[in-house]
Amino acid sequence: MSKRVLILVGTKKGAFILESDTGRQSWQLRGPFCDAWPMNHVKGDPISGTIYAGGGNEWFGPAVWKSTDFGKTWSHSSEGLAYAEGEDPVNTVWSLSPMHGRLYAGVEPAGLFRSDDEGVNWQHLDGLQKHPTRPEWQPGGAGLILHSIINHPDDERQIWIGMSAVGVFYSSDGGTNWEPRNRGTRQDYAPEDQRYPEFGQCVHSIALVPGNPDRLYQQNHCGMYRSDDGGRSWGSIESGLPSSFGFPCAVHPRDPDTLYLVPLNGDSVGRYMPGGKAAVWRTRDGGQSWAALRNGLPQQNVYFGVLRQAMATDPFDPCGIYFGSNSGTIFASVDEGDSWKPIAEHLPVISSIETMIVDA
Amino acid sequence: MLDQTAKPSVTVYLPDPLVRLFPGAERRVEVPASTVGDIFNELNLRWPGMRDRLADSRPRIRRHINVFVNGERATLTTRLVAGGEVYVLTAMSGG
Repeated sequence: MSKRVLILVGTKKGAFILESDTGRQSWQLRGPFCDAWPMNHVKGDPISGTIYAGGGNEWFGPAVWKSTDFGKTWSHSSEGLAYAEGEDPVNTVWSLSPMHGRLYAGVEPAGLFRSDDEGVNWQHLDGLQKHPTRPEWQPGGAGLILHSIINHPDDERQIWIGMSAVGVFYSSDGGTNWEPRNRGTRQDYAPEDQRYPEFGQCVHSIALVPGNPDRLYQQNHCGMYRSDDGGRSWGSIESGLPSSFGFPCAVHPRDPDTLYLVPLNGDSVGRYMPGGKAAVWRTRDGGQSWAALRNGLPQQNVYFGVLRQAMATDPFDPCGIYFGSNSGTIFASVDEGDSWKPIAEHLPVISSIETMIVDA
Repeated sequence: MLDQTAKPSVTVYLPDPLVRLFPGAERRVEVPASTVGDIFNELNLRWPGMRDRLADSRPRIRRHINVFVNGERATLTTRLVAGGEVYVLTAMSGG
């Protein structure tokens, strides 16, 4: 059966949708949606076909937008998406995860909410706020944000989250109790004898390997890591990369040893493509070795970056990889990264890229 | 018999970027309200979700929303009188 291939794009000025067929050669762009609000994350539920967009507007605050007709019409809600009276309010939605018939939302200041009615009403999973380490959490450059939500594919009680600059936390009971899972990840900004704390690491993104929920990858502010025990311990896999600094990581849909990264030149020297030449880096062996993928990417005067949620793969064989720059260009590869071409240009700053495949 | 608990009727002017978010909403509405907070509650009854767009959970009028009552900048507890005019405005913001 033929499929519709959707790339869901969150930008500083609204959500966009790129659409193609399984050939993925020509793309049609629609948008901006969501009244051009800043949208940090746009993600679809492939089972229902519903598209969700999370963000916030300077005037009107945070909301999760929803479209059940592939972007033609949208509604929005923040009912219950709020902390208690008197507390610092939720400013914006940073991450979304539709899974197991529920929808999870990570917000700034860091917290996790859940909707059991497709984003109409929300309830606060307040276990994070009750965690004994909570008073010591410090914001990263983008604020105290809960930017990554990973739901276990088979067990809805298991959730991993990433928060800046707090680290990875894990819950085995649906979000009531949490434990930090940062052993082996580095905090270069701490005094030398305190660089491997229990929490406080600046995780930038995490990804769970399809078919192997014990394996996670993590791009951190300070290094690149792999875990083979569900995040209980992490090992560095940054050797061979041009930099230990970057934001997104994207896993291959079938091969647990294949991962894609976009290293930037470093956190204090501009945060752009190393040497002014664009490259996605790929490992085929779980991070033991890396190769730069440059074919079709600009190799002169490239000073864009790629934000933490702005890269994704699709499930086809060979798989497609897509990333969006903070200068508004989306590049696509439909041969597992061997060659690339731009498929949209001149968009606003791109915050997120996700793929959704539905029946045509 | 006169209803002693009846709230005064005021005229509220809403900004276009807000009205666009709620199909069927109008720029000028008459609502019964004793305070600005009452106005937001009344608007929320007519267009569910509108209160969240105008006030946060502290609760307080959102930082980049301005409400003027008879020409004076207001808070959620500002009192209203019958026939009053209330302007809800989006502040200069963004980039």
